[in-house]
Amino acid sequence: MIQNVWLIPAFPLAAFLINGLFGRRWLHRWTGIIASVAVGLSALIAIGVFLEVLGGNERTTVTLYQWIGVGDFHINVAAFIDPLSSVMLLVVAVVSFLIFVYSNGYMEHDHGVHRFFTWLSLFVFAMLILVMADNYLLMFVGWEGVGLCSYLLIGFWFERPEPYVAAKKAFVMNRIGDWGYTIGMITTFLVFGSMQFTQVFAHVDIATQANLTLICLAFFFGATGKSAQLPLYSWLPDAMEGPTPVSALIHAATMVTAGVYLVARSMPLFEAAGPSLAVVGAVGALTAIFAATIALVQFDIKRVMAYSTVSQLGYMFLALGVGAPVAAIFHLATHAFFKALLFLGSGSVIHGLGGEQDMRKMGGLRRKMPVTYWTMLLAGGALAALPPLAGFWSKDAILASAFVSGHLVLWAVGIVTAVLTAFYVTRALWLTFYGEPRDHHLYDHAHESPAVMALPLVALAVGTAVLGILVGFPPEQGFIDTFLRPVFGGEGGRTPELATIVTLAAVSVAAGVLGILAGFSMYVRHRPDPAAVSRAAGPLYRLLVNKYFVDELYDHRIVEAFRAAFGAMWAFDIHVIDGLANRLGWLAAVGGTALRRGQTGIVGNYALTIVAGLLVILVAYGGYAAGIFRR
Amino acid sequence: MAVPLGAFIAVSAVLFFIGTAGVLVRRNAVVILMSVELMLNATNLALVAFSRRFGSIDERGSVFVVFIFVVAAAEVAVGLAIVLSAYRNRPTVDVDQIRQLKG
Repeated sequence: MIQNVWLIPAFPLAAFLINGLFGRRWLHRWTGIIASVAVGLSALIAIGVFLEVLGGNERTTVTLYQWIGVGDFHINVAAFIDPLSSVMLLVVAVVSFLIFVYSNGYMEHDHGVHRFFTWLSLFVFAMLILVMADNYLLMFVGWEGVGLCSYLLIGFWFERPEPYVAAKKAFVMNRIGDWGYTIGMITTFLVFGSMQFTQVFAHVDIATQANLTLICLAFFFGATGKSAQLPLYSWLPDAMEGPTPVSALIHAATMVTAGVYLVARSMPLFEAAGPSLAVVGAVGALTAIFAATIALVQFDIKRVMAYSTVSQLGYMFLALGVGAPVAAIFHLATHAFFKALLFLGSGSVIHGLGGEQDMRKMGGLRRKMPVTYWTMLLAGGALAALPPLAGFWSKDAILASAFVSGHLVLWAVGIVTAVLTAFYVTRALWLTFYGEPRDHHLYDHAHESPAVMALPLVALAVGTAVLGILVGFPPEQGFIDTFLRPVFGGEGGRTPELATIVTLAAVSVAAGVLGILAGFSMYVRHRPDPAAVSRAAGPLYRLLVNKYFVDELYDHRIVEAFRAAFGAMWAFDIHVIDGLANRLGWLAAVGGTALRRGQTGIVGNYALTIVAGLLVILVAYGGYAAGIFRR
Repeated sequence: MAVPLGAFIAVSAVLFFIGTAGVLVRRNAVVILMSVELMLNATNLALVAFSRRFGSIDERGSVFVVFIFVVAAAEVAVGLAIVLSAYRNRPTVDVDQIRQLKG
C-alpha cells in the first residue's frame, strides 16, 4: 500500500484535469460527484498508508522520478512517509472528502460549480504534495499550489468587488511569507548542499548557530504568512469572502496548518537553533490572544470563526515553541475536525438563511435546524475545550507542555485565551441558535440543510466527539504521543506526575467554564448587558471592533509607501524607458520621410541610380588601383 | 592562342555598355529586360575569356558562367511575369507610365 502512496494525490489531480477540461461544457453538476469520488479514493488509500505506518513501516521514501539532477545535486519527486506525514495525509484526505461531499449540497445552485470543484480538486492535490514531499523544494511546489488555489477560491465570486480584493490581499500576504520560505530554502541549500529532509536533519551539526537561526526564522516567517500569524494574519478574516466550504477546507482545516507542519517537519533545525523556538512560541501566544480578543466583538459568524482559527493556529505555534510538536500536531488534527465542523455548520446556517451572515439577524434557529445546531454545539464545546471532546485533550496537551517546560508566561496567555475562546464561542452559538428570532422574515424562511450537507456534519461531529479521547488519552502517554514521538526524537522524558496533569487539566477546564459562564450571563441574562459593556468599554471596544486598526496601519504605513515607490518606478518607466522607445520610433519616422523622396516610382531613375553607383565604385576602385601601381 | 585577351575584353566592354545604355534609354520594359540579358552575357564573355587565360586547371570562371545562365533564366522568368501582370493591370509596357511605386 505504501508503495502506491502516489495514488493519493493522483486522484485529485485526475479530477482536476477531467473537471477542468470537460466541466464547463459537459459535466456541470457531475463535477462535484467526480471530485468527491476521487478524494474519497484518496482518503481510502491514505487510511491504508496510515495503517501500514502504524504496523511498523516507519520511514519510507517512495521516489517517483528524478526532477533535477545537476552535478551531485539531486532533487527527486519523492514522498517521505513517516508517522507525521501519514497523520497529515489522513487528516487532509478525510476532512477534504467530507467537505467535498458537503459542497455538493452547498454549491448546488451556483452556476460556477464546475469551476469550484476544479480548483478545489487542484487544491487537494497541492496540499497532498506539500504534505508528502521529501524535500523543501517539492514542498514549495505544494506550498505555492495551495496559495494559488486559495487565491482562486477566495475570489470565486469575482463578480462582486469584496471577494477579489480579499483574494488579492491573501495572495500578496502569502507571497510576502513565501519570500521567507524561499530565503530559508536557499540558505538550507547553501549550508547543507541538499534540500532533502533526511539529509539536512542528519547534518544539523555542520551548520553554525547564525545560519541555523537564519534558516529557522526565514522558514517561520513563511509559516506566519501561510498560517496567518502575526504580522501576516490579516488576510485570513478577509478570506471569508470565499464560499464557506472553501473557508472550512482551506482556511481552517488544511492550508493554514501548512505552516505548523513546516515547523514541525523542520523541528530538528529549530531545536538546534537556539532562539528560534522562543520566537515561534512568543508569536504563537501573542497571535492566540490577539485574535481571540478581536473574535469577541465580531458579528459576522464566519469572521468569528476566522479569528478563532487564527487564535487556534497561535496555540499550535505556542506548542511548537515550547518544544511539544506532538501536541501541536494533535491540536492540528482535532482542530481540523471541529473547526471544519464549525465552518460547515456556519455554512449550513448561511445556506438555510439564504446567504445571511450577520448574527444579529439570527436567533432561535435551533428549532429550525436541529442537526446543524447539535453538531455545532458539539464543535463549540470542543473549541471551548470541554472534556471529553477533542479540543480538550489537544489544548490541554499544549497548555500542560507549556507549563511543564517552564514557559509560565506562555501558559498564562494560553489560559486567558482559553477563557476568551469559550466566551466568544458561547456568544456566537447563543446569538445564532437561542433566544427569540430577531429577524422574523429570515427565520420563517429558514430551513435545515439537505442530507448531503447534514451527513458530513454528523461525520465530523463524531470525529470531534471521539477523536480526542481515542488518541489523546491518557495525556502524554496516549496513542498520538507514542505514534508521533519517534519522529521528533526523544522519548518524552518529562512525564509529569499525575497530580500535575489533573491540576493543569482542571485549570484549563475551569478557564473554559469561566468563559462559558461569562458568555451566558452576558447574552442570556443580560447581566451585565452586552450593549452596556461595549458602551462602558468605549475606546477599547472601538479598538476591538476595528480589529486594532491593523489593516489601516498596514494601509497607511506600508501600502502607501509601496504605492509611492511604485509611482516613482512607473514614472521612470513612462518617461525614460518608454521615452527611449518613442524617440527611436520618431527617428525612424523622420528618416523615412526624408528617404521617401528618393522613391520616385520611375524605373529609369532606379536604373540610373544603380549605374551611377556602379560608376562611383569603378572610379574609386580605379583610383585605388592606380595608387597601388604607382607605388 | 590566336585571339588576344584584349579583344575579348573589348567586345565584352562594348556589349556591356550597349546593354547599360539600353536599360537607361529604352522605355519598353521587354527591351529593358533584353538589355539586361546583354549585360549579363557581356559579363559571361569576360569570365570565360579570363578563365581560359588564367584558370589553367579547373576553369572556375566557366563554372560561374553556368550559374549566371541559371540566374539569368530565372530573372527573365520573373521579370516577364512582372511585366505581364503590370500589363494586365494597365495596358502598357512603358516603364515611365508605371510609377505606382512612388513612395
